[in-house]
Amino acid sequence: MSPDPTQPKSAYFLVEEHEAVIKRTLSVIVDNEPGVLARVVGLFSGRGYNIESLTVAETDHQKHTSRITIVTSGTPEVIAQIKAQLGRLVPVHRVVDLSVDRPGIEREMALIKVAGEGDKRVEALRLSDAFRARVIDTTHTSFVFELTGAPSKIDAFVDLMKPLGLVEVSRTGVVAIARGAEAM
Amino acid sequence: MKTMDRESTTTTETEAEELTGAEIVVRAMRDQGVAHIFGYPGGAVLPIYDALFQQEDVEHILVRHEQGAAHAAEGYARSTGKPGVLLVTSGPGATNAVTGLTDALMDSIPLVCFTGQVPTHLIGADAFQECDTVGITRPCTKHNYLVKDVNDLARIIHEAFYVATHGRPGPVVIDIPKDVQFKKGRYVGPANVEHRTYRPNTKGDPRRIEQALDLIAKAKRPVFYTGGGVINAGPAASRTLRELVRATGIPITSTLMGLGAFPASDPQWLGMLGMHGTYEANLAMNRCDVMINIGARFDDRVTGRLDAFSPQSKKIHVDIDASSFNKTVRVDVPIHGDAGEILTELLAGWKARQASLDAAAMKTWWDEIGAWRGRRSLAYRHSDTIIKPQYAIERLYELTKGRKTYITTEVGQHQMWAAQHYHFEEPNRWMTSGGLGTMGYGVPAAVGVQTAHRDALVIDIAGEASVQMTIQEISTAVQYRLPVKIFILNNEYMGMVRQWQQLLHGGRYSHSYSEALPDFVKLADAYGAVGLRATRPDELDGKIMEMIEVDRPVIFDCVVDKTENCFPMIPSGAAHDEMILGDTDDQPGVTEAGRQMV
Repeated sequence: MSPDPTQPKSAYFLVEEHEAVIKRTLSVIVDNEPGVLARVVGLFSGRGYNIESLTVAETDHQKHTSRITIVTSGTPEVIAQIKAQLGRLVPVHRVVDLSVDRPGIEREMALIKVAGEGDKRVEALRLSDAFRARVIDTTHTSFVFELTGAPSKIDAFVDLMKPLGLVEVSRTGVVAIARGAEAM
Repeated sequence: MKTMDRESTTTTETEAEELTGAEIVVRAMRDQGVAHIFGYPGGAVLPIYDALFQQEDVEHILVRHEQGAAHAAEGYARSTGKPGVLLVTSGPGATNAVTGLTDALMDSIPLVCFTGQVPTHLIGADAFQECDTVGITRPCTKHNYLVKDVNDLARIIHEAFYVATHGRPGPVVIDIPKDVQFKKGRYVGPANVEHRTYRPNTKGDPRRIEQALDLIAKAKRPVFYTGGGVINAGPAASRTLRELVRATGIPITSTLMGLGAFPASDPQWLGMLGMHGTYEANLAMNRCDVMINIGARFDDRVTGRLDAFSPQSKKIHVDIDASSFNKTVRVDVPIHGDAGEILTELLAGWKARQASLDAAAMKTWWDEIGAWRGRRSLAYRHSDTIIKPQYAIERLYELTKGRKTYITTEVGQHQMWAAQHYHFEEPNRWMTSGGLGTMGYGVPAAVGVQTAHRDALVIDIAGEASVQMTIQEISTAVQYRLPVKIFILNNEYMGMVRQWQQLLHGGRYSHSYSEALPDFVKLADAYGAVGLRATRPDELDGKIMEMIEVDRPVIFDCVVDKTENCFPMIPSGAAHDEMILGDTDDQPGVTEAGRQMV
C-alpha cells in the first residue's frame, strides 16, 4: 500500500479518506546560522511534505535573522503539522501562515528570455508592455524581460511567450508579507 | 545561506578566562554538573582526552563501540533524570553513534554528544576519518552545532545542555574540529549564557485546563492514558499523577515508555496498553467516553487501527510538543505544556471544584473493567519441564521486587514479556527502546544505569539475538566493576520475527532461527564475567538468587520454550477490540492490508 499524502501518518491507516489539498504560504523567521536552511528543507523532505516554492534571505542584519517564505500544499491536518514541526526547530522564531493568520500579499519576480525576429519580436514587446514587464537586456534577436507580480501573472506571461520564442525562465519564488500596519 | 560566526546569546566578560578548546569542553562539563561521560577515543578527540586525563571531576567510561556510548548515556539519563553525555571521535565514531542518537530522539532522552572533527581547514577535503557529522546527525538530533571558533565553544556547550533538557528532551550534537580543541579561547560559565530564542512553553492554557476539568467531571467512562512525558517531567510529576488518579478514581493505563509513573500494584492500574497490552487496558481505551492523555503521543503501537481507535471518546491531550497534537489522532482539548505543571494545575482545579464523578456510572465502568480483567489476558500455560519465558520474568520479579532494581531490555518478545510481567512501582526504573526499537539497547543501557547507581541491582532482560548486537559492552562492565546482570531469555529464535512469520507469513521461518549461538556461559567466562544457565523451572529460583548475590557482571542463559508467542496481541491493522488472546484463538483481523503494515 503506497502512503497517501492526504492521510495522517500511521502504520494503520486502512480507510481511504480524501480531503481537499489546500495551498498555504508560510513566513518563517529563523536565526541566520549555518545549516538552518538545511534543517527546514530536510524537515520537508524527511516527513514527505511538499515545497512548491521557497525563498530565503537575511532580513535583519543586526539580529542576524532570515525570513524564509515557503509555499506548500497539503490537507488542513498536514498544513497544521508542517507549522507545528517548523515551530519546534530550535533556530525558528516564528511561523506565520500568510493565508490564514494574517492575510498577505504575494509577489514573485521572473527574468524571461525570448528570442525571435520580425512580427514575433514586435508582439513579444507589445505583450510585455501590457504586463508592465521591463526590458533589461536586448540584442537584435532577443529580449530579457523582468516581470514582477503574482505567480499566476508570471505563468500567464510565460504561456504567451511560448509561441513567440521563449528561451528560458528564471523565477525567484514567492515572497509575501502581511497587509496592514502591523509587523508579523 | 550565509554562514557566520557571531554571538547569539548574551554573555558578560566577568567570568572570562583563557583556556584551550579541549579544556573548555571539560570545564563546561564540570560546570554543568556532569559526573560521568561515555566515550571512545580517536585521532580527532585526542586533545579532549588529554584534558580529561589531567582532571578528576568528570569520570570517563570507556565503551567498546560508540553505539554503546550512546545507549549507556541514555540509560544514565533515564535512570537519573540528568542529561547523558558521550564523547566520540570523527568519522566512524560519529556514524556509529547515530543509532543511539536516533533512539534518544524517538524516546525524548536528553543527551549531549561531543564529536571530534577534522581540523577546520580540512573540512570538505575528504580527509581521513572525515564525515559530514552535522549533516548526518541533523535529522536524528534535536539540534546540532559545528564549532568553528573556539570563542563560541563554551556558549555552545551550555546552550546544548539547555536545549537537550528543556522542552521535549532530545539529543544534541556538538562537532568540534581538532584545531578548535587546541586553540585558546574565552571560557564563560553557564550562568552567563542564555539561549537567545529557545523558550519552550511549560504552563498550560488555563481555559483549556478548565475545559479538560469540565470533560472529566461529566465523564461516565473515563481513562487515563499516560506516557514517557510524565517520566520526563520528573519524579514530582509522577507523584502528582498518582494523587490526581486517586482523587478522581479513574482507571489508568500507560504506554511502554510510561511504565512506573503509576504503581503497578495499585488497584486502579490496568496494565500497559497497545499491541501487547492487557485486554482490560485496550478495551477501556476502546470503550471510554473521556480519554486523558498525559505525555503520550498516540504511537501506532498504541492506537492500532486508527479509524477504530476509541471511537466514542472526547480526548484531552497534554504534551510539551505541539506537533504531537492531531498528528495521528484528532483531539478535543490539546493542552500544550509540561506534564508536571499541567498535572499540578489539573489537580488544583479538581480539588478547587470539590468535584466527584457520577458514582453509579463509575461503578458500572469499573464492573465492566472487572469483567475484562477476568479474562486474565496475561495468563499462559505453565510447564514443569520447560521454562516458559513469562514464568522466568515472573520469578525474576518476585525475587528482585524488594530491592532497588533497575530493568533495561533489548527489543522483541522478551521486551514485551518484561513490560507485561515485571511490575514497576517507581519512575526511572525501566529503560527500554520504545520508539526506534533498537536491538542491542539493553547491555550498554545497563552499563549506563549501573554507572549512575553503583549499589543498585541492574538487570538487562535480553533475548539471545538482540544481546549479540552490543554484547562487547560486557567488557566495559567488567573493566569498571559494574555488576550488571544480563538475563537472556534464550529461545534460539528472533522470537518476535518468528511470531510474525507464524501469524502472518504461513509459518515460513525465513532466517529467524539463530544457528551457531555462542555458549553464553563460556562467553561470560571469556569476558571475565560470571556465566549461569537455567534449563528447568525447578532450578530457576536458585540460579536467579545466585545471579543477584554475585557482585560481578553476570550473563544468565535462561533457556526457555522455543515457540512461545507473546500474547495478547493486536494484530496489524486491527482495532483494540480485536485482540488475539492466545495461540488457540481464532486470528481475526489479520487482513491482507494488515499484513503489509509494519
